Amino acid sequence: MKVVVVDSGVGNVPNAVRGLQRAGADVTVTAEPAEVLRASRVVLPGVGAFPAGMARLVERGLDDAVRRVAERGVPLLGICLGHQLLFDDSEEFGVTPGLGLLPGRVVALPAGGRVPHMGWNRLDVRRADPLLAGLGDGAWMYFVHSFVAVPEDGDLLASVDLGGEAVCAVARRGNVCGVQFHPEKSGPSGARLLASFLELG
Amino acid sequence: MTAFRIIPCLDVHGGGVVKGVNFRNLRAVGDPVELARRYRDEGADELVFLDVSATVEERAALHRVIDSVARVLDIPFTVGGGVRSLEDAAALLAAGADKVAVNSAAVSDPSLLGRLAARFGTQCVVLAIDAGRVEGRCEGRGERGERTGSSQPASGDSGPGTRDSGLETWWEVVTHGGRRPTGIDAVTWARDGVSRGAGEILLTSMDRDGTLAGFDLDLVAAVRAVVDVPLIASGGGESAAHFAAAARAGADAGLAATIFHEARTTIGALKDQLAAAGIAVRREDS
Repeated sequence: MKVVVVDSGVGNVPNAVRGLQRAGADVTVTAEPAEVLRASRVVLPGVGAFPAGMARLVERGLDDAVRRVAERGVPLLGICLGHQLLFDDSEEFGVTPGLGLLPGRVVALPAGGRVPHMGWNRLDVRRADPLLAGLGDGAWMYFVHSFVAVPEDGDLLASVDLGGEAVCAVARRGNVCGVQFHPEKSGPSGARLLASFLELG
Repeated sequence: MTAFRIIPCLDVHGGGVVKGVNFRNLRAVGDPVELARRYRDEGADELVFLDVSATVEERAALHRVIDSVARVLDIPFTVGGGVRSLEDAAALLAAGADKVAVNSAAVSDPSLLGRLAARFGTQCVVLAIDAGRVEGRCEGRGERGERTGSSQPASGDSGPGTRDSGLETWWEVVTHGGRRPTGIDAVTWARDGVSRGAGEILLTSMDRDGTLAGFDLDLVAAVRAVVDVPLIASGGGESAAHFAAAARAGADAGLAATIFHEARTTIGALKDQLAAAGIAVRREDS
């Protein structure tokens, strides 16, 4: 399965690529909008702060390319910051607009748990979905983040418990999917999710 | 709630994995890629890879080995050893590390932590602290490059450093693979390091390293009391009781090498025992 990984010029791109390759994908990494527009499946990885991540996409014209390819129905998976960038906007360092592919805002994590939320935590599945195929309730995933997206209820597939408060772990609306954790670093469960994304029709 | 992490550590010297006792008498243990794969399959939650030769022998970290290890790992991978600059860190991240551990260079130039955090994010920056327990008087503590003698008798005359903890016992930061005592208080350094940009602390007790005598719980608790970031306890862990005690003292993870290298236990067996002791751990079937 061919996948185009959007090279936003930050952190975890090489390891996202390794994870997708282990899941059986034929991966092309690109920072070229034209190549993103030709893709049949797109992954948007990323770590770091929202404004910087969005600025890098805009700088290279990748924001429009990702939006347009998503509007054509091509399966798109955002990972960590890439997941947050799919939303309307974020309040990290003031309000910054995102890609607007999923309605909702990215907000600071609740103070109840330790911030940043770093480590292995379990998914609470809210809605069965092919993206979560083979993952029972309580699948362990690896998280590293200080902000979190607040999707519309209908788009929330799975949440994670942070000091008694449930926050978004997986969101999906049609072909647009996002995971707050790092599936490429989440052992067998993460590999299962990447494989499911590669199989989405 | 996050799981308590079990982290095997590969000390790498000249391309092979080694292990010593109290940072001395290194002996060969095996191949890094084979060990990484074995520990991942046993259920390791993360892997730490330290090029123990890098600082001492001015050797660049082994990027090819790191790349080979990264290819077989689908768990977080922290690499350290000889990281002195943003370029060193960028090369390790490009080779496949998820996080970079800094130790001696951050002590010599604490601003390195802030520069690493600004470029890569605090989640990428692990401050590794090697700490030696010092009993008694704290004369000279806090001053760089000056060794405080543990032979000094304890007295009511508190040295400059004791104002921080009010304890006679303190822990001295030791750099360059355990060769260079600094006179710096480890607890104060942990707090300072986090305020400068470290996103995680890897806290190794030199006294317990390789001894299987259990983690230095006082050290763990003292650092936990001053930092909010994830804290990895290291040095001396053998039994599930040791790891459970570290978790209760405030550690988010326990790192060990000897017990796994010598197959005294498996990570899976250790986690079963921890779960039975009421510590939340990641098990794929649970």
